[in-house]
Amino acid sequence: MKLLNYTTTYFAGILILLLGIWAVIFYFEILDEIYDSMDDGLDNQKMLIIRKARQDPFVLEKNAFEDGNYIITPTTPENSHSFTDSYRDSLMYMENESEYEPVRLLESVFQQEGRFYKIKVVTSMVEEDDLRKELFFSLIWLYLGLILSILVLNNFLQQKTWKPFYKLLSRLENFSIEKDRDIKYEKTNIDEFQLLNERVDRLLKKSVESYHSQKEFIENASHELQTPLAISINKLELMAENATLSPDQMEELGTVLNSLERLTRLNRSLLLLSRIENRQFVEEEKINWNEQVKTVMAEFQDFAAHQQVEMIFSEDAVVEHTGNRDLVRILLSNLIKNAILHSSSGTVVEIQILPEIIQFKNSGNNPLDKTKIFNRFQGAEKVQSTGLGLAISKAIAERFGLELSYSFIDKKHVFIIRF
Amino acid sequence: MKILIIEDEKDMRQNMKATLEKENFLVELAGTYKDAMSKIGIYDYDCILLDIMLPDGNGLEVLKAIKEKGYGDSVIIVSAKNSLDDKVQGLDLGADDYLPKPFHMAELNARVKAVLRRRKFDGANLLQIGNISIDMDNHQVSVDGRDLELNRKEFDVLFYLCTNQNRLVSKSALAEHVWGDYIDQADNFDFIYSQIKNLRKKLLDHHAEVEIKAVYGIGYKLLVS
Repeated sequence: MKLLNYTTTYFAGILILLLGIWAVIFYFEILDEIYDSMDDGLDNQKMLIIRKARQDPFVLEKNAFEDGNYIITPTTPENSHSFTDSYRDSLMYMENESEYEPVRLLESVFQQEGRFYKIKVVTSMVEEDDLRKELFFSLIWLYLGLILSILVLNNFLQQKTWKPFYKLLSRLENFSIEKDRDIKYEKTNIDEFQLLNERVDRLLKKSVESYHSQKEFIENASHELQTPLAISINKLELMAENATLSPDQMEELGTVLNSLERLTRLNRSLLLLSRIENRQFVEEEKINWNEQVKTVMAEFQDFAAHQQVEMIFSEDAVVEHTGNRDLVRILLSNLIKNAILHSSSGTVVEIQILPEIIQFKNSGNNPLDKTKIFNRFQGAEKVQSTGLGLAISKAIAERFGLELSYSFIDKKHVFIIRF
Repeated sequence: MKILIIEDEKDMRQNMKATLEKENFLVELAGTYKDAMSKIGIYDYDCILLDIMLPDGNGLEVLKAIKEKGYGDSVIIVSAKNSLDDKVQGLDLGADDYLPKPFHMAELNARVKAVLRRRKFDGANLLQIGNISIDMDNHQVSVDGRDLELNRKEFDVLFYLCTNQNRLVSKSALAEHVWGDYIDQADNFDFIYSQIKNLRKKLLDHHAEVEIKAVYGIGYKLLVS
């Protein structure tokens, strides 16, 4: 949820509650005030009528509401003594609305010329259900208006106040540790954002620095290892040509040589990986992947035959995509080698080219851990493997904007390059 | 044939010298930029092995000086810095080949000989070993004048072993040379055995006077019987 929406949701909730409470209080307050002023009005009217009755005794004979809003009826002194003025709500038939409507009624007694009269004065009253309805709709409008103005204000304020924040966010989103050295900031007067900018800046610079120094370290270390490796291997090769060595010594020498060569391969792979990540393979051209697959397969034919694995090739499409020829070869040979190496003898490796897809299948018993296989030094449980092949493949695929994925379908390991 | 090795690591220098001397080349050494510049100023060489990372100067400058001299010494750049830029730049400056460290002695041999071959004889490129003659340009082999049919890989294996005649060639050197740079991902080079087996049989059938001897645990050796 966006920051703006998040705060607005809170506002909406709080406003409902506040407006609800306010509406109830307001309703009773206003009702109270209405009764109060109506009752005052009725009292005043009563006094006017009594005054009028003193001048015009005919008034005393008005015993129906018909055209006036009062009736006067005679009463006994006994009743009058204990009588106090009373206001109450009542219903009265209204001609204009053809129904009974609530009215406010004042009942009082007065004495004129020794006789007691009871007087009832009515006034039409506010209809409470109408009042509630009106109030409710007004509230809805008010509520909507408030929310709308909050949204507009928020939007406006957000654009102003949160500008540095969103700028930072979008720059962070586009930040790539391989390509960018740092990000640019806007100056801001808001302390918190300034602090955030500074901290993010410091953090990024540190990460970029350590990222580069780590890469540099790997590259330098690999380079520095080349010469001692070369010296050792060559010395041993020269030594092995020495005819005085016994077969046992020769075999020992062979083991040492093998290990050193394995170290060389590992070293080369590490170098290759950092060079791919450093984007040192600049030369790119349009490449027919079908041809490359066939070439690499031909190179691995003897290896497959030795492992007693059959390679089955099918092409239903022609895949063309730009890339670096060397890297494409390495990617394909890694995947093909991998499939052959991890197949048991007598099984089949299927290599299929479909529209925008190249897939490599080999049989297996258990699925590999999808989340880990493309990491460095993972899945190298097979001896004589550097554990970098798939990491290199992934790096190459990413370099060309291809998707390299793994799945386990029908007891088969499937690696797919998607174009 | 005179060869100059320009390389700052003493042990590296000695190894290269030892292996080339076994091939009866005359080898001279230079360990620094200054040393190298004075040597190429005085003498001409058939082949110069040049490390481009020298402590007191850039090997590419040496290369420029060699090319300016105009004698046409072949140059093979030998570098631990297997970077594309250096390779491209070196080849642009007129180097004949580029050999990244670490390399096998057999590979060094093969590269030096290839460079010298390209340089010395234009035209008939024949290699004679025992009663075998190899026509490098047409990829043809004959034993006592009779053609020997080989597939591409068998040819490459035989040729590589002949280039390193009487020398021990490790399986990985052979595999990388014959099966390409990418096969070095294969980690296990036993698969070359079947090609060797076929080659041996063909050589035997044609009464070739060479023998491919297995050196257990390491590789093969081609001997003239």
